Amino acid sequence: MTPLVEVRDLHFTYDDGTVALRGVDFRLHPGESVALFGANGSGKTTFVLHLNGLLEGRGSVEVCGLRVEKPNFAAVRQKVGIVFQDSDDQLFMPTALEDVSFGPLNLGLEPAQALERARRALEQVGMLEAAGKAPYHLSAGEKKRVAIAGILAMEPEILVLDEPTTFLDPPGRRALLELLGGLAQAKLIVTHDAAFAAALATRAVFFDKGRIAGEGTVAEIVEHFRWEYHASRHPAGQRSAG
Amino acid sequence: MHHVVLEQWSRRRSFLHARDARAKTLATAVLLITIGTADRGFEALAPACFALLGAVALAARLPLGAALQRAAVVLPFCMVFAAVSLLGGETRRAALLVSKSYLSALAVLLLVASTPLPQLLRGLESLGVPRFLLMVTQFVYRYLFVISEQAQHMRMAAAGRGARFRAAAGALAVLFSRSYARAESIHRAMLARGFAGRLPTLAPPAFRASDAAFLAGACALTLALRLGLERWL
Repeated sequence: MTPLVEVRDLHFTYDDGTVALRGVDFRLHPGESVALFGANGSGKTTFVLHLNGLLEGRGSVEVCGLRVEKPNFAAVRQKVGIVFQDSDDQLFMPTALEDVSFGPLNLGLEPAQALERARRALEQVGMLEAAGKAPYHLSAGEKKRVAIAGILAMEPEILVLDEPTTFLDPPGRRALLELLGGLAQAKLIVTHDAAFAAALATRAVFFDKGRIAGEGTVAEIVEHFRWEYHASRHPAGQRSAG
Repeated sequence: MHHVVLEQWSRRRSFLHARDARAKTLATAVLLITIGTADRGFEALAPACFALLGAVALAARLPLGAALQRAAVVLPFCMVFAAVSLLGGETRRAALLVSKSYLSALAVLLLVASTPLPQLLRGLESLGVPRFLLMVTQFVYRYLFVISEQAQHMRMAAAGRGARFRAAAGALAVLFSRSYARAESIHRAMLARGFAGRLPTLAPPAFRASDAAFLAGACALTLALRLGLERWL
């Protein structure tokens, strides 16, 4: 099966000398949902920013058969939709509808077509009634949904979600899980949230110091790298509970 | 995120909001030139223009008191120059400077308060304003919110530790670096959605007969006021 994403020997160093990626090899196949685990600074976000050319490192990155390089940026950015960690970074237009239309308009669609796509995407994430609202009036969960709609309106083949559960309360996480579970696109989910990843991902990889240190099911990765936090009950808490 | 009031005003509905950005921009330009070049009879023209702008604000369903207050933001700047004229014994010149500056600010404020920014920028672009200048304006406007938000967060963090946030050099440096990082993230998010240097608008600019009539009427009224008052006095 031809992979949607094929990354070979990817290296990247930031301007301040921080080495973020040290030879990453990775493949994403159609229909897959892959969780990217790893400590802060292990290179997960740096890696996904290479998938649509927001960062350019040394090595080879191909998306849907297209090399990720300047002449292909427009096509690649249509195929890879990134939902950023902080929705406020992504929502900058005065209303949700205008924000969701931003991508389709940049693709060169006529305003009527862009509006149609934007309305469809908002409906898909259950936010059509908020179309005329200013994004800053929405809750964190609603902002995340509108941000996802902004990406879906571009009709990408791959969804990249960077820490999607940040700022969300448990009902917001549950709603997001249901929404993402119903989307057909292949997904890459950068997360620390093992339970969220287990419910969504078909495979997981673990980043460590700029390299992929392990690969397997979410359960295997969590077990092998002890990637779960269990709070021990404090004696004071036990007393008050009694 | 707190948004500026002007942005909210520009999203209201009224006859003025419905007009094409180009018609409003040209009408404002004619008014600004009329005010800027007036000398003889300005004592009568100033209250007439003030009344005209006040009536336009009310007809556009904008809060008049708040609009008048916001236009006063130019007063500290023009009063410095007015003070220089006063010291030189030119009382009338000082009064003209202050009143012309205030009326001009009020006119521009009404334009901005009745036109959403993307439409205003698109209108200015089609009137021949250089695209680079408009891009800079667009980003300054966008990042003002970002900087304001960062400042609010820092002020709250300082207040939470019992300190008062002052615009000291250190705090400003932190504010700048945080705002810069935030702006980078926003720019990256824009690029990820295909941004290629031009903020797209949903509504295509349409210059209708009503816009032409508005422009002709506004220009005729402005010129009639100026010429009529000059002849009368």
